[in-house]
Amino acid sequence: MKNVVCPILENRALTATVWRMRLGVSCELKPGQFLNIALAGKYLRRPISVCDWDKESVTILYKVVGRGTEQMSRMAPGECLDVLLPLGNGFDPDCAGDAPLLIGGGVGCPPIFGLARTLVARGIKPRVILGFNTASEIILADDFRSLGLKVTVTTADGSEGVSGFVTDVEDLSCSYYYACGPEPMLRAVYNKIEASGELSFEERMGCGFGACMGCSCKTKYGNKRICKDGPVLKKEEIVW
Amino acid sequence: MVDTRVTLCGIEMDNPVIPASGTFGFGYEFAELYDINCLGTFSFKGTTAEPRFGNATPRIAEFEGGLLNAVGLQNPGVDAVIAKELPKLREVFHKPVMANVSGFSVEEYVTVVEKLDTCPEIGWFEVNISCPNVHGGGMSFGTDPKAAEEVVCAVRRVTKKPVIIKLTPNVTSIADMAKAVEAAGADGVSLINTVLGMRLDLKKRKPLLANTTGGMSGPALLPLAVRMVWQVYNAVSVPIVGLGGVSTAEDVIELMLAGATAVQVGSANLVDPWAAEKIVHTLPETMEKYGIKKLTDIIGGAH
Repeated sequence: MKNVVCPILENRALTATVWRMRLGVSCELKPGQFLNIALAGKYLRRPISVCDWDKESVTILYKVVGRGTEQMSRMAPGECLDVLLPLGNGFDPDCAGDAPLLIGGGVGCPPIFGLARTLVARGIKPRVILGFNTASEIILADDFRSLGLKVTVTTADGSEGVSGFVTDVEDLSCSYYYACGPEPMLRAVYNKIEASGELSFEERMGCGFGACMGCSCKTKYGNKRICKDGPVLKKEEIVW
Repeated sequence: MVDTRVTLCGIEMDNPVIPASGTFGFGYEFAELYDINCLGTFSFKGTTAEPRFGNATPRIAEFEGGLLNAVGLQNPGVDAVIAKELPKLREVFHKPVMANVSGFSVEEYVTVVEKLDTCPEIGWFEVNISCPNVHGGGMSFGTDPKAAEEVVCAVRRVTKKPVIIKLTPNVTSIADMAKAVEAAGADGVSLINTVLGMRLDLKKRKPLLANTTGGMSGPALLPLAVRMVWQVYNAVSVPIVGLGGVSTAEDVIELMLAGATAVQVGSANLVDPWAAEKIVHTLPETMEKYGIKKLTDIIGGAH
């Protein structure tokens, strides 16, 4: 973990509520890890998962849900952010097998994108299912397609793609799956897909690096901290 | 060269800076980031007789001047602390450590202290009678002078190590509580623990914390801590460990002027993991700025 003050290179709206921000920072990252961002006037940092990264930048996608993220959305390129990174365990691409399935729901899609790019670089072509409430909230679908991947989009209101939830997609067969999204989606995925997999969880955090015990959860192998021992948990260890 | 050394209940420390219990685990998370031997000492995670998961999540909320937590004393229990945590701590920290203990009955406090008393790495006991996030224990001992005296007397009998009692600000007169624990045999007091608070989720119209209430901490508490340390300094003669909203070397000096012999740093560690190290490193230059040659000279200096 390191603490950097880095410039915002890009900050623009993708939908009515989701923004893409690119930060000028170089860091070794694993897909599924996150940043913890300090904001002026806010005491706690904001944990945001990493979508993508290259040698000189890290890209995050964030949803404006409160005053902190609203403040982020008003920041301009050239302004700087104080960031702790990398945080969390991230996904384990070694488990993918030959036909993995990636499932993202809403703002759970960004960490899945970084994982997709990592798998593609290893010559593995995962299938991708992205779930949203409605067509206007769709993010990243074209980015996944530009990696040469088959993408199935679902919308709860049926305004685009498959009508319903990610688990309403007919073919959910896979060698292994990786999922990130709201907890009801994770539960549904956990219950429906027989293959083994990894699920990325969200929790209100204090520190983000394992010190405060603010985001603890019970697992079959003892108590874990979502921020440090997660946010990715193996299917086999989850206690709902 | 300024002299940052202080002596707390007979044990000399290189400086008065102590990461507070519950913000520093058992030290080794932070030892990956910096050499934690630069600290005066640190107070490890509040330990109970049995393992505790703590409260349901969400356990964390925020406000302008800090945060609220309702962790609820999550810890692996005293036996696992001795078997697993302390050996790891020993590898990264080579000074006497402060053992923070908690309980739900007088007997539990005694059990935990008795077991930890055999561990040579422990310099002081910090007995938490002020946790606001558990029911039937913690703060219920710290708001009733009689109950507090009972805990102190019982713990006093089972250890020769210094016993520091951690006090809650959620009382009408913290000076009276400090007098009560001093009379019962406490070697020192630490204050303040968190202030009981609460926040609501406006969309759900429900409390933000699963526990409903939580303990407030962070910079907003500093004036409250200064006032209470000041009052307790006037009331007792045992040393005071001051804490509450400390995030700079200036804050350390302010609490010492109010009457603290040593100072704990809590929430600041959570937003800047290097906060305690920065305070240690900026303390000498801050002392010079205010014309302080020897830190012990300023204890209670504002009175």
